Parts: sequence; C-alpha cells; structure tokens
Amino acid sequence: MTETGPIRMLLAKVGLDGHDRGVKVVARALRDAGMDVIYSGLHRTPEEVVTAAVQEDVDVLGVSLLSGTQLTVFPRIFALLGQYGAGDMIVVAGGVMPDEDVAAIKAMGVRAVLLQDTPPETIVTTLRRLVAERGAR
Amino acid sequence: MSYIPSDTLAERAARGELQAVGRLISRAEAGVPEVRPTLAAIYRRTGAAHVIGITGVAGSGKSTLVAGLALRLRQAGDKVGIVAIDPSSPYSGGSILGDRIRMSELAADPGIFIRSMATRGALGGMARATLEAVDILDLAGFDAIIIETVGVGQDEVEIARASHTTIVVSAPGLGDGIQAIKAGTLEIADIHVVSKCDRSDADRTLMDLKQMLMLGHAAAASTDWQVPVIGVSAYSGEGIDALVTAITRHRAVALRSAAGQTRRLAIADFRLRKTAENLLAERFAAVAAEGAPPLARRLADRDADPYTLARELVANLLAWESKHE
Repeated sequence: MTETGPIRMLLAKVGLDGHDRGVKVVARALRDAGMDVIYSGLHRTPEEVVTAAVQEDVDVLGVSLLSGTQLTVFPRIFALLGQYGAGDMIVVAGGVMPDEDVAAIKAMGVRAVLLQDTPPETIVTTLRRLVAERGAR
Repeated sequence: MSYIPSDTLAERAARGELQAVGRLISRAEAGVPEVRPTLAAIYRRTGAAHVIGITGVAGSGKSTLVAGLALRLRQAGDKVGIVAIDPSSPYSGGSILGDRIRMSELAADPGIFIRSMATRGALGGMARATLEAVDILDLAGFDAIIIETVGVGQDEVEIARASHTTIVVSAPGLGDGIQAIKAGTLEIADIHVVSKCDRSDADRTLMDLKQMLMLGHAAAASTDWQVPVIGVSAYSGEGIDALVTAITRHRAVALRSAAGQTRRLAIADFRLRKTAENLLAERFAAVAAEGAPPLARRLADRDADPYTLARELVANLLAWESKHE
C-alpha cells in the first residue's frame, strides 16, 4: 500500500534452503513496525515467488538466501517480474553471500542487500525509505 | 514509473492481466479516491462469479481446505480467486499473513489468484475491502471466488451475508464437540465440513453436528436445502469430491429457488448497509477529531453528561454533512 495503508511485503525463501528462523525473526520485526508481511514458506521456485508477489501486489519483495544461489535466482526473478509488467516492484535480498555477489545482484536491480548481521531497525528504515522514494503507484 | 489510471487498470484486469488485478485491489484497500469511480463501474459489470465463504475457528483447517477445494475446482476447469483474511495486530497495526503457506501447491498457477488481506481493525471476520476485491476478481473472469475469513470466535456470521454458499469448518478435538458452533455459526452454514476426519475422534464431531442440525430442522421449514455435514481429510483427500458436489448442488438450488432469490437480496442489503456504515464511520472520525476534545473536556469537568454531549457530537456530524453535500 502506498499513501494510506501499511507497507506490504512478501518474504520469500527460494530453492533448496531449509533455514527460515532468520526470515521469521524479520517477519515479526516488520509486523511490529506496522507492516503487512506475507511469508512464502520454504522451498519456493522463482515462478511461485513472483506470481505471489504480483497477486499480492506487494511494495517490496524480499528474498532470503542462505544457499549461495543468488546469481541464478535474481536474474530469473527480474525476468519474470518484467513479464508480468511488475517492473516497479522493489526487490531486496537478505541472508549470507560474498561481497562480489552483493555488488553483482545490486547491478541487476536489487535495491538493498541486508545481510545476516543487519539490525531489524535498519531493515525497517531501509524499507520505509525505499517505498517513500518510489511514491504513489 | 508513472501512475497508471485505475480505469486503464480495470480494462487490463478485465482481459485477465494479473498485475492489474493485484494493483486495483491494493488501491481499493488503501481507499485511494481516484479508484472510487472505477470500482463503481466495475460493480455493475459483476455478478457472474459464485462466491463461496469459508469460516471456522483458528486452527480448524480453513486454509488447507481452501487449497484442496481450489485445486479440485481448478481441475474441473474453473478459474479460482481466493481472498484470505488474517488479523492485524491490535498493537502495531501490522500483520503476518500466513494463509498462503498452506496453499503452496497452488502457487504458480495463473488460473488461481490468491490475495491475502489484513483485517485492520474491521470486525466480523472480513476486511473492509474484501468485497471490492471479490468484485475485481469477478471482473477478471474468476468463476469461483473463495473468501476465507479470519479464524476467530463464535459470531463471525457476516460471511453468510456476503457469500452465495457458506461453509463452516469444524475440527475434531476442539472443546466438547460443538463448542465452535454454539451461536450463529451453526445456523449460517449451507454446508458443514468436519476437517481432519482421518482422526479417530472426528466421528464424534460429525455425529454431534448432525444431531444439532436435526434439532434445528424440526423448527426450520426450509425444504429446498438440507444442510449436509461432510467429513474431509486433506491428508487422504477424502471428502473433497463430496464437498464440490454439495457446492454445485447448492448453487443450482439457490439459482432457481425463492430462498435463493431472497438470499441475493439479503446480500445486496448487507453490502449497502456495510458500505454506508463504513462511510459514516469515516466521516464521524473526521468530525470527532475536531469536535470531540472540547466536549470531552466538559465531560471530564462534569459540566454535562455523556448522552447530551454525544448528541451534540452527532449534531456536528449532521451539520458537516449538509455543509459538504
């Protein structure tokens, strides 16, 4: 939602990655910051995640990755968002990955990479800033 | 990216573009003034979809049932829309919308549209924009639209005034058999489902429900429709076919019977009153923000009584109306 409602966010886990305690902590923190948080559950495909993000029309799609597959997952996600005409969706990443991959996925269009040690308040302020910068939609 | 007018989105949604459907629902939910005339035009183009309401206490298996039902309807060729409602936190206003997790097998099929919605303080089991979301899905050609209410209490009966077929889900092992259906929810069901019927104590719940319904039948005169009680197991798949058959039969009966016509009028009546109620609440909030504090001061000083001051506040609302109309 934009001007009047809470920020809507989809938190997604993609592929063979069974660890979701971190993403649940983030979900809770975002809820407590007044956001509507949709959690995808584990082992989703990029197709499933993007379909969900488009149907839910979230402001932000957050993908948590602890499996090292970021360089294959994000190109697929951006291609699918483009197919749906949802290029205005803000995509952020979380989890664990090497610095050079952070730079690479940012170059693809990931707006923020919030890795494992990011304090929840930083995540909240980053998301609010990105949505405010985007404006009404 | 530039702002796309809602009328343009409506045309895209009518062609089945999912991104436009999603965005229109967001605007309806946010109450963006620009979307109002579009929603008005959309409403007049709706009415084709069969709206199925599903309610029951938290943990009774609503989301799992919705997933199983949607999958079966989809296999039969229907496009299926789902509006799944979860509560907003009364503390932060935020929410965790978790119904999608139980519907993961539906996740990549564009013929199934799942939208999660937070209540944002609305009572009665639905969110304020739920019915507008149903309209938008109807416009986009979804044949069956399932509303899954928030999973709470014992008096969330509004769903029966918003759906053509109402399904109440009870689970075995929750209190003494009929705990969940004491007041209201027993009567609103067109179809009763007992979930988790692979469990050994499910027979007891099935029997309790059937007995409660028989007691009711002695009093009720409706002969058009006998409310079935169907045991369903998402684990084994048992009962889903019987449920789909019951829904189809109920729809057919509702379309030709006098009771069905009455129901359609009741749905319109509810929608009208609910919309007016929301409109009043919105305007009252605006008027009270300005008018209430000085009156509250007088009330605290024992200068006047609550009833007199409340009447004064309501008079402010009426004055506001005549000034703005």
